[in-house]
Amino acid sequence: MSEFGIDLLSQAGWLPLVFALVMALAILAYVILDGYDLGVGILLRQAENLSQKDTMIASISPFWDANETWLVLGIGILLVAFPLAHGVILGALYLPVALMLIALTLRGVAFDFRVKAKAHHQPLWDQVFYVGSLLASWSQGFMLGQFITGFREATSSYLFSALIGFSLIAGYRLLAAGWLIMKTEGALQLKAVTWAKNSLWLTAAGVLAISLATPWVSSRIFDKWFSFPNVLMLLPIPAMTLVLFGVIARSLARLPVRFAQKNQYGASVPFTCTVGIFLLSFYGLAYSIFPWLVIDRMTIWQAASAPEALLVIFYGVAIVLPVIIGYTVFAYRVFWGKATKLSY
Amino acid sequence: MDAVDPIVLARIQFAANITFHILFPTISIGLGWFLLFFKMRFVATKNAFWMDAYQFWIKIFALTFALGVVSGITMSFQFGTNWPGFMNTVGNIAGPLLAYEVLTAFFLEATMLGIMLFGRGRVSEAVHTGATFLVAAGTTASAFWILALNSWMHTPAGFEMIDGKAHVTNWLAVIFNPSFPYRITHMLLASGLTVAFLLAGISAYRWLKKDQSQEVMTTIRAALLVAATLIPIQIIVGDLHGLNTLKHQPAKIAAMEGIWETQQGAPAVLIALPDAKTQSNQFEIAIPKLASFYLTHDWQGEIKGIKSFPDQHPPVAPVFFAFRLMVGVGLLMLAVSWFVAWQIYRKKNLTHVTAKMLLAMTFSGWLALIAGWYVTEIGRQPWLVYNVLTTAQAASQVPASHIALTLGLYLSLYAVLLIAYVSVIFHLAKKATQKNLPAEQILEQTLPEVRHV
Repeated sequence: MSEFGIDLLSQAGWLPLVFALVMALAILAYVILDGYDLGVGILLRQAENLSQKDTMIASISPFWDANETWLVLGIGILLVAFPLAHGVILGALYLPVALMLIALTLRGVAFDFRVKAKAHHQPLWDQVFYVGSLLASWSQGFMLGQFITGFREATSSYLFSALIGFSLIAGYRLLAAGWLIMKTEGALQLKAVTWAKNSLWLTAAGVLAISLATPWVSSRIFDKWFSFPNVLMLLPIPAMTLVLFGVIARSLARLPVRFAQKNQYGASVPFTCTVGIFLLSFYGLAYSIFPWLVIDRMTIWQAASAPEALLVIFYGVAIVLPVIIGYTVFAYRVFWGKATKLSY
Repeated sequence: MDAVDPIVLARIQFAANITFHILFPTISIGLGWFLLFFKMRFVATKNAFWMDAYQFWIKIFALTFALGVVSGITMSFQFGTNWPGFMNTVGNIAGPLLAYEVLTAFFLEATMLGIMLFGRGRVSEAVHTGATFLVAAGTTASAFWILALNSWMHTPAGFEMIDGKAHVTNWLAVIFNPSFPYRITHMLLASGLTVAFLLAGISAYRWLKKDQSQEVMTTIRAALLVAATLIPIQIIVGDLHGLNTLKHQPAKIAAMEGIWETQQGAPAVLIALPDAKTQSNQFEIAIPKLASFYLTHDWQGEIKGIKSFPDQHPPVAPVFFAFRLMVGVGLLMLAVSWFVAWQIYRKKNLTHVTAKMLLAMTFSGWLALIAGWYVTEIGRQPWLVYNVLTTAQAASQVPASHIALTLGLYLSLYAVLLIAYVSVIFHLAKKATQKNLPAEQILEQTLPEVRHV
């Protein structure tokens, strides 16, 4: 990182890098994991009957608490490892953050209230769950848009961010539809195929919009992508994304035929490929932005805490994160396979 | 809008969030251990009523946990949005403690909760009991880290200030700072008491609804045993905590006691109206020399008054009244738990009166808890980190109008959720009761409602 005058062998050099990586991993894990359960909330209103709704909720119930914890880890690392950036970013995003928090609160409690409150209140809590999921997703997309445009206070940047909000809704919807295709059977599974088809193109439009907009925000990002030979080496990223969209489209066309023949082969393809798209988009975005935490204003090294504090957390992360990943995998294995009715 | 001080708004907002948040972890910490106890009794005795109790309370646990998670997420954002100066000054200490809380506790409890709630039948009984244990242990570990940080803010230790930033010199001294052992014990006992009275109160409600099943009676007995055992310990620990506060934060004690003038043989003020303008108490009823005696164990011991901390003392009235509320509820807990336990011992059952008493005390733990936290947190003002950083120095530049808007939203949201939470608990209790009653009796109970329709 000679360009930034950083010695990566010193603690003040490599520790911020490691924490940027861990933070990116936490945010990525959050977007994918909470993404599918937010998406299920968005789709809930389109279920045909109560039994379908219950199955949809059952498919995410054992996981959602832990899924949201990744957000706390991501924000926590931003707070403790990059306090200066935390102040700037969350200060600029004060209102959308508040909207997201209120929405997440509403949907989180609706989960529990819908089955525990009086029966005639259930439709109300289902509605709260839907609206909460929708607003939380939209505000996350809006924040992403603001982040990419460097928190510029311009109408165009707000419009762009609002658009990204809708794209992220589509993206989470696609993720959730893929999840439901994988985790359910029968009429609901077929319904999920339709939902996935509806979400596919808006998701693609969102990925395209972000890919096109980012280089124009900063000449530095433009050069990173379009200078020679970078442009050749980076080509696989958009190419693979395109291929994945193609695979999903083909899979969605074929799956209903197979399901009619009681054949579940390939039911996990749409979800896996959507996760692939999220991974590639995230990687592309991270490549664009690195090493900035606030584009062209603050790098990870400028924002980092004292090395001695980072080192203390580093030991904890190095020991505990693998354990967390281990028991998360265990929890997913316990509830592997098609979702069944859940009760305590 | 500019007329309102953004710092005051930011404080109200943070206080509202943290007040709302603490209600739920307080229940999940204690309830987690109760659930483990129910589960282990079931495994050991194979008596179905232990499982009934487990399955009833796990529903309330899930609900409580969900509210704790979502309000906890809000907290993690507001540290930065409301108090950027806090992380800038003491981030090297607060950061690692918060990070360890998320890494060692938050993930563990949230992940194991899925298995605890839905995993029975999918994993072996032993693994399920293990998951229940890990959830309880996770909630307690969470309290450990958070209270280590909170105590450090009251009695900072193990650090040095370099260029206006705190740098750690000794982590053990940071974590086990002077007020930490008292605070964590006081808090864990408070959690146990809150849950014991919740269990007893909701079970008494079911008893009053004619559900006198073994499940209900066992829960009441277990809860009362815990309550009656913990409350005297809590009173002693609270007293020790007070002595610790006297040593490190004498201004807080002066406000708690309502003592304005430094004096020997200070009176114990039972009730009064502290007046900040005249710096004196109105309508004071006090017992001479008693405060000196219980604070210094000497009838003539010297107690520093509020006036000896000019501009360095907390607002007196809220601390003074919150302290009296906490102590009052604590004494009520002592009286009720011992009286009802004695009645049950004599009559082998509740009576209408004792059941009503328990029902009235259902959420008494919350009241004492909130009052206690207000005493210690308002009592720390004007400091955020005692003698290191003031609250005003840590405040953010977010415009007052933004804070006011979101504050309004949060407050209305929390009001709705609190009402929903309490009514759902009673609704669940009613449902469980109907399951345990023979069919004719249910019909009898529902008939009056039908008539109204």
